[in-house]
Amino acid sequence: MKLRFEVDGDEFVLAGEASSKLKKVLMQLGISSQLIRKIAIAMYEAEINMVIHANGGFIDAEITPDKVFVSLSDTGPGIPDIELAMKEGYSTASDKVRELGFGAGMGLPNMKRYTDDMKVTSEVGKGTTVELTVFIS
Amino acid sequence: MKVRELMDQLELFLVAGASGVDKEVKTAYMGDMLSWVMANAQQNSAWITIQSHINIVAVASLLNLSCIIVAEGASVDEDTVEKANEEGMPIFSSDLNSYRLAVKMAELGIA
Ligand SMILES: Nc1ncnc2c1ncn2[C@@H]1O[C@H](COP(=O)(O)OP(=O)(O)OP(=O)(O)O)[C@@H](O)[C@H]1O
Ligand SMILES: [Mg+2]
Repeated sequence: MKLRFEVDGDEFVLAGEASSKLKKVLMQLGISSQLIRKIAIAMYEAEINMVIHANGGFIDAEITPDKVFVSLSDTGPGIPDIELAMKEGYSTASDKVRELGFGAGMGLPNMKRYTDDMKVTSEVGKGTTVELTVFIS
Repeated sequence: MKVRELMDQLELFLVAGASGVDKEVKTAYMGDMLSWVMANAQQNSAWITIQSHINIVAVASLLNLSCIIVAEGASVDEDTVEKANEEGMPIFSSDLNSYRLAVKMAELGIA
């Protein structure tokens, strides 16, 4: 099963909507709540990053009997140093965004922790793609 | 304990998500940085926070939390209320601070 979501970069209010929708689909498919939790956490972090650090984009999700694969692509500023961005606590979030509770620098580490595979590709000035895989066993 | 019992015992003011008050509360989590909550809050937790914007509803729903308690009398945005009603995620407000709320919950036996 393939699903596509558009993420509006200006709509802070809608951030998390795609993750909520995918979660509902996975529940209907009878995927275990533990797996759904992992996917929901990782995808939400990536989705919110698309809104806060980039200006939205597209999410493609693919559900097969053995895994859930989610690819999130934005056309934002890109990440100059991915290794640095992956470090716990590293964040470039503005004070305004921090007041809302974002900017702990835990999003990318959470994605890594809660998925079986995570790949980040980014080009400065072009955008970022995050690919998340959770195996169903 | 049910969310509604917690509401009565802690004298919480129900702001939204009334349809979810029969959910079970097993434990609690306290935090205002959303990524920390994402990483660490267990399902069926009551979540104590001072954040009150719409994203708290997505976080709570995705994690299957039982309810959100907004501490220190912070006011809850109208779109947050709407979203919580949609999701059946109870949001309460309290004039107490997070620590006081946590102490009271511990006294009620919530581990
Ligand atoms: N899609 C993206 N586009 C551009 N930069 C990004 C993107 N995702 C992450 N980054 C960069 O990587 C940093 C670390 O991201 P991470 O999600 O770990 O933390 P954060 O978003 O700053 O805070 P938190 O996720 O804890 O709220 C960000 O501060 C930002 O500089
Ligand atoms: Mg983030």
